[in-house]
Amino acid sequence: MDQTIWSYVFVSLTFSVYIGIALWSRAGSTEDFYVAGHDVHPIVNGMATAADWMSAASFLSMAGLIAFLGYGGSVYLMGWTGGYVLLALLLAPFLREFGKFTVPDFIGDRYYSSFARIVAVLCALMISFTYIAGQMKGVGVAFSGFLGIPFEAGILIGMVIVFFYAVLGGMKGITYTQVAQYCVLIFAYTVPAIFISIIITNNPVPQLGFISNVKGTDIAMLDKLNTVVTDLGFLEYTSTNKSMFDVFCITAALMFGTAGLPHVIIRFFTVKSAKAARVSAGWALVFIALLYTTAPAVGAFARLNFIDTINEAVYIGDTENYEIRAAEIISLGDNPVPQWYKSWEKTGLLKFEDKNGDGIMQYRGPNAPDGLENEVNPNRDIFVLANPEIARLPGWVIGLVVAGGLAAALSTAAGLLMVISSAISHDLCRRTLFPKMNDVAELRVARFSAAGAVLCAGLLGLFASQLGFVAQVVAFAFGLAAASLFPVIFLGVFWKRMNKEGAVSSMLFGLVSTLSYIIYFKFLGGSQAGWWFGVSPEGIGFLFMWGALVLGIIVSLATPSPPQSVQDLVERIRVPGANQT
Amino acid sequence: MVKPIDRKAYWHATIRLTSTLLVIWFMVSFGAGILFRTFLDEFSLRGAPLGFWFAQNGSIYVFVGLIFYYCWAMNKIELKFGING
Repeated sequence: MDQTIWSYVFVSLTFSVYIGIALWSRAGSTEDFYVAGHDVHPIVNGMATAADWMSAASFLSMAGLIAFLGYGGSVYLMGWTGGYVLLALLLAPFLREFGKFTVPDFIGDRYYSSFARIVAVLCALMISFTYIAGQMKGVGVAFSGFLGIPFEAGILIGMVIVFFYAVLGGMKGITYTQVAQYCVLIFAYTVPAIFISIIITNNPVPQLGFISNVKGTDIAMLDKLNTVVTDLGFLEYTSTNKSMFDVFCITAALMFGTAGLPHVIIRFFTVKSAKAARVSAGWALVFIALLYTTAPAVGAFARLNFIDTINEAVYIGDTENYEIRAAEIISLGDNPVPQWYKSWEKTGLLKFEDKNGDGIMQYRGPNAPDGLENEVNPNRDIFVLANPEIARLPGWVIGLVVAGGLAAALSTAAGLLMVISSAISHDLCRRTLFPKMNDVAELRVARFSAAGAVLCAGLLGLFASQLGFVAQVVAFAFGLAAASLFPVIFLGVFWKRMNKEGAVSSMLFGLVSTLSYIIYFKFLGGSQAGWWFGVSPEGIGFLFMWGALVLGIIVSLATPSPPQSVQDLVERIRVPGANQT
Repeated sequence: MVKPIDRKAYWHATIRLTSTLLVIWFMVSFGAGILFRTFLDEFSLRGAPLGFWFAQNGSIYVFVGLIFYYCWAMNKIELKFGING
C-alpha cells in the first residue's frame, strides 16, 4: 500500500479515538472541566503530562537539532528534563496542596491581590499563545507535507479536533486523549529508532547503541561519527563552539522555564494529593525520558547514516527513470542517490545544488580539508521524518510517524488551550470581574473561552507560518516562564515574608526585561556583539530570573509583611494533608 | 492536626532533603554535563566521552532516580511526623 494511504489510515484511526474519548468523558462541573475532578491516577497523569509536554518540536525537530548541533543539542536534552526535578521538589506538591484550579489562582490568593492575579493571567496568556502558535503550525505542516491537504485546511482540521475534546471534555477529556496520544507518539518514535539502531550498531536498544561499536567493527559509534564529521570539515560531534557560559544559561533557562510553564503545572492539579503529585512528576519524567534518551541516539545515527548514504553519491535528476539510472550507476561501481532522498526532495526539505558541476553530491562543513564547497542542504526535521525510509521500514511505519507528530502537536495544543480558557473564565471572570457568577455560568464561559482560544490559536498558526519564526518564539516562552512565573511561585512557597508588592514587581520585571531583550536581539536587529555577558536571547531568561528573585525580595523587605491569614496559608500548603484532619 | 513544633521540624527535614537532592541535580547536569565536561571527556563510557554522555543521556537517568528517591524519602519523613499526605 502507498505511504499516503497508510498515513490517512493512521491519522483517521487515531483521530476517531480522540473524538470517541471526548464524547465519553464530557465534563459536568467546573471541577471536571479545570482539573478533571482532582481524581486522575498518578501514572495516568504522568503519561498525560508527558504528552502535554512533548510538542511537535520535541517529536519532529529535536533529534534533527541534536544531529546538527552534536554536543550543543544537550541544552535541550538536559533543559527539558531537568525542569521536572525542580517541579517535583519545589512546586508541584505544594501547588496541589493549595488545591485550586490555576496558576493565577495561586498567585492571586497567595499575594492577596487582584492586581497580582491579573499580572499572572497576562504572563500565562503571553507564554501560552506564543507556544500554541507553534503547535498549530506543526499540525498544518504535518497535514500539508504528508496528506497532500493544503496547509490552511490542515490547521482547520486540527482546530476542529481540539475543539471537540477541549471544549466538551475540558481537562477530563484532555487528560484521557493525551494518554492515547502519548501511546501513539512514543510508539511512532521508538519503532524507527530501534530499527536504525540495529542497522548501525546491531543493538536493538537505541540508548545502548549510542554507546556501542559500529556493527562489525571495533570502533565506537561516536568515535566514528567524530572522525567522519571532522573529515568533512564540520565541528567534532561531541564538542561545541558555543561558550560554556551561554550553554549553562540556555540549559538553566529551559529548566526553570519548564518548571514555570502553566500548562505543565496545571496537570498536577488533577491528581488526588500532594503525595500523588510527587509520584506523578516522577512518572511523567519516566515517560518523557523514554523519548528524550532515544533522541540523542537517533540524532547521532541519523547524522552518520545521512553522510554515509548521501555524501559522494551520484545525483539522479530524472525521477521517472530512477530505477534504471540507479542500476547503471551501481554497475559502474558508484553509489546512486538513495530513493528516499528523491521522495523527500519534492517537499523542499532537502536541497542539492551542484556547485562544481560534477554530478556528485558533496556534503561538506565550513572547514573542509579538501576545500570543496557544500552542495547539500538538509532541513533539520528531515532526520526524524525520513528515518523510517532511511532504515528501509515498510510504508505503515511512515504513516505511524505522521500520526505521532500530529498527536504530539495536538496534545500540547490542548493543554495550552486549558490554560488560556481557565485564565479567562476562572481568573478573569469569576475571581476578578464577576465574583457572584455561579458554577453553571462559569462552565459555560469556560467552554466559550476555550472555543475562542481555539480560533485564536488557529489564526496565530496561520499568521506565524507566514512570519516563519515559530520555532524561535516557542523557545522564548521558556525564558518568559522562567523569569516571570517561576520566582513568584517558588518564593510564594519557600519564603513567607514575600508580599504582593514584591510579587507584582518581580513578575513585571521578569516579563518586561526578558521580552525586551528577545525582541531587541531577535527582531529589531540587535547584533550578537551586543549580547549581555555573551548570553543569547534563548538563555537570558535565566539571568533575568535572578533579577526578578532579588527584586522581589528587596521590594518585599521594604514593604509591610503579608497578613497573618496569608502566612497561615503558606504554613498550610507546606504540610500536606494537615488541612484534612 | 500536626503540632506546631512538629510542623517546624517537618519543614526543616523537607528542606534538608530538597537541598541535598538539588545539589546532586546540579552536579550531574550543570556539573558533569557542562562545567566539568572537558575534564570528564578524557574518560570514556564504552566509547562515548563521559561528559558528553552525561549531557545527553546520563543526567536524565539521574533526574528520574532523584524524583523517585524524593518520593520515597518524603513518605518516610511524613510517616515519622505522622502526616497523612
